[in-house]
Amino acid sequence: MTIAFTVNGVAQRVDAPETTTLLDVLRNRLGLMGTRYGCGLEQCGSCMVLVDGQPVHSCTREIGTVAKRAVTTVEGLGTADKPHPIQQAFLDEQAGQCGYCLSGIVMSTKALLDRNPNPSRADIVAALDKHLCRCGTHQRILRAVERAAATLRGAA
Amino acid sequence: MNAPVLPTSLVENPRLDRWIAFLPDRTVRIATGKVEIGQGVVTAIGQIAADELDVPLDRIVVLSGDTDAGPDEMYTTSSLSIEVSGGSVRLVCAEVRAKAIERAALRLNCSPGDLSIEGGRFVQNGAATGQDYWSVAAEIDLSQDVTGTAPVKPASSYTVVGQSVPRADLPAKLSGAAFVHDVLPPDVLHARMLRQPSRGATLTALDETAIRRAAKGELQIVREANFVAFVSPDESVAQAAAVAAERYATWSNVRPIAPAEQEATWLKDQPAEDRHIGAPRPTSPPKNLARITVSRPYVAHASLAPSCALVQYRDGHLTVRSHGQGMHPLRKNLAAALNLPIEAITAQHLHGAGCYGHNGADDAALDAALVALRVPGRWIRLQWRREEEFAFEPVGPAMLVTLHVDLDDKGRPTDWTTEIWSATHVQRPGSGSGYLLATEAFADPPPEVKPTDPPEARGGGGTRNAVPIYDVQAHRILHHLVLRPPVRTSALRGLGALPNVYAIEMLMDELAAKAGEDPVAYRLSILSEKRARRIVELVAERANWKARGAGGSGRGLGLAMARYKNRAAYAAVVASVTVQETVKVDRVWCVADAGLVVNPDGARNQLEGGIIQAVSWTLKEQVRLDAQGIASRDWDSYPILRFSEVPEMDVAFVDAAGNPPLGVGECTVGPTAAAIGNAVAHALGVRIHDMPLTRERVMAALLKT
Repeated sequence: MTIAFTVNGVAQRVDAPETTTLLDVLRNRLGLMGTRYGCGLEQCGSCMVLVDGQPVHSCTREIGTVAKRAVTTVEGLGTADKPHPIQQAFLDEQAGQCGYCLSGIVMSTKALLDRNPNPSRADIVAALDKHLCRCGTHQRILRAVERAAATLRGAA
Repeated sequence: MNAPVLPTSLVENPRLDRWIAFLPDRTVRIATGKVEIGQGVVTAIGQIAADELDVPLDRIVVLSGDTDAGPDEMYTTSSLSIEVSGGSVRLVCAEVRAKAIERAALRLNCSPGDLSIEGGRFVQNGAATGQDYWSVAAEIDLSQDVTGTAPVKPASSYTVVGQSVPRADLPAKLSGAAFVHDVLPPDVLHARMLRQPSRGATLTALDETAIRRAAKGELQIVREANFVAFVSPDESVAQAAAVAAERYATWSNVRPIAPAEQEATWLKDQPAEDRHIGAPRPTSPPKNLARITVSRPYVAHASLAPSCALVQYRDGHLTVRSHGQGMHPLRKNLAAALNLPIEAITAQHLHGAGCYGHNGADDAALDAALVALRVPGRWIRLQWRREEEFAFEPVGPAMLVTLHVDLDDKGRPTDWTTEIWSATHVQRPGSGSGYLLATEAFADPPPEVKPTDPPEARGGGGTRNAVPIYDVQAHRILHHLVLRPPVRTSALRGLGALPNVYAIEMLMDELAAKAGEDPVAYRLSILSEKRARRIVELVAERANWKARGAGGSGRGLGLAMARYKNRAAYAAVVASVTVQETVKVDRVWCVADAGLVVNPDGARNQLEGGIIQAVSWTLKEQVRLDAQGIASRDWDSYPILRFSEVPEMDVAFVDAAGNPPLGVGECTVGPTAAAIGNAVAHALGVRIHDMPLTRERVMAALLKT
């Protein structure tokens, strides 16, 4: 079937079985490689994207369910040359080691800060607790989210 | 004059052009055999080159892990990259710098001593000369071998080394494609594996019709002996086929595993190769014997991404892109496994998720190569399934460590025996009993080789950090290398250092208690090494150790220290814990001495990562086995530390820039585990000797009080 939706503001029409995962469509049909496969079981958070602003595990989300919805991936925030304030905050804190978990965490951060521009440390931990980081960069990531929140508040 | 002693990497790769090239776009390409595994080594190597050459860092391009153009530096392991590869790059750059100045001086008709270099340009008396590296590059003979005789700069003159330069690879990783997983050449075929459950297992039936029905798409099944792969232009089809294949495959001769084999205690009665290292056995009976036995179970690398490789076989040449820890070894091992001439293979490193040791990366490369040889001309992107990564990557071996220590009448150790039971810590392909996994599935698998452990000269495996850093008259190690563990074991960050340091540093606290002394004061009374004393004193001060109190209140403070491999970086750690039914590590202080630190923030990131990973291992992690092998095949059955569980951290290096750089990637893991063990003992008044420190063990310990 043909499913129409937007990704990072661009209209897309994808002809795929409706049970195809959103992750598969993003990576293999639309070439958006910033959203990553980690477990396929909603256990690690590497595949997190936003659907209508809400964080969603794209590894299990069926494409049929995103018809007419707005999907945002890490490519929709900024680029390596022109990073979004959230990405810039992660760079400023050097909040990464291998970096595999980061795009998912950045997307959960976006959803959090859109909802709550001034989150407490506990709010941030709660928003990111579904994400795994194996390198142990957690404290830097928490600082990066606080920094991003401050930047975005300042810009608002 | 004696010839200078060159780092191994330069002995093996003496030609200068293996390391350095001046490119037409006015950059310098520095090649290293060490690869980025999330530790920031590529950035640090660039800093070293920038300083030694006097070329701006943004003019340095680091090529890492390329068998065509870069040096063979074996694997990226053992916290050696900065010492060995960094040391090599420094010598090469110093030599090329001297040669370049010589050429420029000839052109300018002056003496080399008249010239200096600023930003890659030659300067005479503060004035530009119009000459730079690139203008004289064609006249520098880089086909010569390095001599190691050119003087390197004094550390005091570094301007780039010692700076917290941001990681070069992070912007891409935060915004899009960045990993080998993310490369999709046109026409790529996706592949997934059905794995042989154990060595010697035979595939007796495979219902290919049922698998094709479940896969729902174009599917090629590559099947040879016990090797089975599913190949499709559609990744979801290949994945569905492999998942279904688990149900539609019948195996015989699968090695049965008993549940008891998952515990470290199982090791004790197994066939082993026994070694006695160090002092002879004491001739007189002990006067005042103290003992401790600790254990750690099998632990997973649990990389966040499953292993992946991209391979193409075309016109008789195999091109391999892999996130393995060494591309030259991978090339050799693939040549041997595939019976191809080594020249017919190129291996190039692309980034993967953090690796922490020997995981499935090399195995995935062979899997992909086997498919590529049968589907020539097309790029094959083979990725392991999540459950396959957990079930088939080599795991860190379980260990059992017993210390028997005889004490003098002041409670100080005089005679020390460390007894260790463990399977091998290194089965990297191409070394010892190591192999690439899929070779076991061949019709004619290579013979089983008796395992070995890394020699003491390389820091040992099970014996790593078994020799205490404290002053002891006589020390010996009894090492039982267990020959047939239930699962494949290999290198995991720190090898045996974590359980050995756990044993030593837990015992130190017990001996201090026996002597009625404070644990820090007790340690300092038997610790002569100045650099070790300094970090213990500093970390105690930062953690306000003197306010520690009596303990037993459910809150505890514990300290531990070690020098990794007794030759790399020193780390002293204090952990603060709260113990109710479970252990929560609230805060960790760490002071490390790593000599000259090339990139302080990058190195701190390594200390922090090692601490958090060690907290996770110590509190939560154990690979579970059932009759089929590894049973913990997802993140629910193999939980790791989460955002809500990570401690606050206070991490610092002492200023020791006058000393040569020491690797930091692994130095924190042992001290962190032991500091937690000691803090829990302080909190509970009773010691938990077996890791992980789970709720069940805490409850059992509380019953003892």
